[in-house]
Amino acid sequence: MSHADENLSASAAGQIEAQAAAWLRRRQGEWNDARQTEFDAWLAQTSAHQVAFWRLEAAWERGSRLEALRNTPMPSRAEPQRPGWLRFTKMAAAVIAVAAIGATAYLATRTGDAVYATALGERKVVTLGDGSRIELNTDTSLRIAANATERKVILERGEAFFQIVHDGTHPFTVIARGHRITDLGTKFTVREGRDSLQVTLVEGSAEIAPAAAADRDHSIVLKPGEVAVATAASIAVLKKPAAELNDEMAWRRGMLIFDRTTLADAAAEFNRYNDTKLVIADRSIAKQTIGGKFSTADVSGFVEIMQQLMGLRVERRGRDFVISH
Amino acid sequence: MAETPDSQRENEAVRAARAGMNTAEVKAWFVREVLPLEAALMQYLHHNLASGSDAADLRQDVYVRVCEVARKQPPDPVRPFVFTIARNLLIDRMRREQVVPIDAVSDLEALNIAIDMPGPERAVVARDELRRLQIALDRLSPRCREVVVLARIEGLTGRAIAARLGISEPAVSQQLDNGMRALAEVLYGEPSDLRRGN
Repeated sequence: MSHADENLSASAAGQIEAQAAAWLRRRQGEWNDARQTEFDAWLAQTSAHQVAFWRLEAAWERGSRLEALRNTPMPSRAEPQRPGWLRFTKMAAAVIAVAAIGATAYLATRTGDAVYATALGERKVVTLGDGSRIELNTDTSLRIAANATERKVILERGEAFFQIVHDGTHPFTVIARGHRITDLGTKFTVREGRDSLQVTLVEGSAEIAPAAAADRDHSIVLKPGEVAVATAASIAVLKKPAAELNDEMAWRRGMLIFDRTTLADAAAEFNRYNDTKLVIADRSIAKQTIGGKFSTADVSGFVEIMQQLMGLRVERRGRDFVISH
Repeated sequence: MAETPDSQRENEAVRAARAGMNTAEVKAWFVREVLPLEAALMQYLHHNLASGSDAADLRQDVYVRVCEVARKQPPDPVRPFVFTIARNLLIDRMRREQVVPIDAVSDLEALNIAIDMPGPERAVVARDELRRLQIALDRLSPRCREVVVLARIEGLTGRAIAARLGISEPAVSQQLDNGMRALAEVLYGEPSDLRRGN
């Protein structure tokens, strides 16, 4: 049988796919606002570009499971080390074997960037050389750019809590979903939602602005207790009571805390952490609310409560739980 | 705490604004619900088309149409919806080309079996996923596999890979692009032996 990379389609769809692959590749390398603009324009051109790119990206993302399975003690220095076991002469099979056993928590690129990732349900703490801490929540990937003049983190996916040691001459910035968050001495979380970015300020202050240089005017400085919800089009700021903020930070202790949370939202939260998915089959029950404290992995405990206390029907479908009346 | 009602109202307003399927939601839905059907879809398309590249074109048309409809109203269940669109596009194409294979009609009826089949199990334990990825990597040519592993697993840049392997940067780019396409083809487009074996 021929190799899978040697008989790719050269049809019209194949040509679009080749463009999508080129964009996906460029995004792994040096990326800037101009490229982002160009890329956005290409995506917006036709739905065919979108689906081709989504499909390749999804397959490529699945490969990140290989990285995420590497678990070891956290690094404590900003400068990542090249893992010695990664000898390029021993290819795929050997790399996977080692990755499965778990050899190192981080990866380095030639340019000095370090990539940190967590698997579904996993959490990880990274301590930087300047004393700053980053806590990665479930299914998260971020890249720390090694750069002498600025400290920059790119949140590629998921959610992270940042506790930053302020340094006026070396500002700390987080880039996520087209926005730039600049620390002004602070503790905050950044979470990528399905369609928006959420930045929650716990302590100190931070500035959020669209990453495109032309949009600097639209920056907003957050105060403690404020949550910025940023979409491609706008940034909205909400104020949340301390209790609610505390509940939202419970993931840092491996907990989920619900307080008058709808079943739909609670199920979505659990699904962020577990392979076993909760599916709310009836729209009518999705709005019912629930309260309580759960371990992020305790899907069955949550299901039991729905079953026994709320009288809902729970059915297993494959690995998933389907909840209905 | 006096501000609780206000922030709740604001939260609700934010949630309400998200109710429709926007691009990000369509993307998540497409990756979660539609891509896992690709192996079955390709089997169906290959069976009804003369050439393989036609299948790739038609697959793209199916995905485009599926996402356009989903943007307005997410279909539930997804599988019959995807296959109905595939069938309609196939019929359109046959009409346009005025080439109707003798067995076309029976095949279209046989489709109903495909529609009724339960979807593949979506959740895959991490170890199975690793094995599947390994199988996918094994399907690449040796040079392409080298480049993909260095880029995906070791996180090297194109320049770094070129330096290591002693090939030009454009050559690395070409291998990487092909590798990305081939991975998608194997991971989504081909029926998984693992799935069948279990």
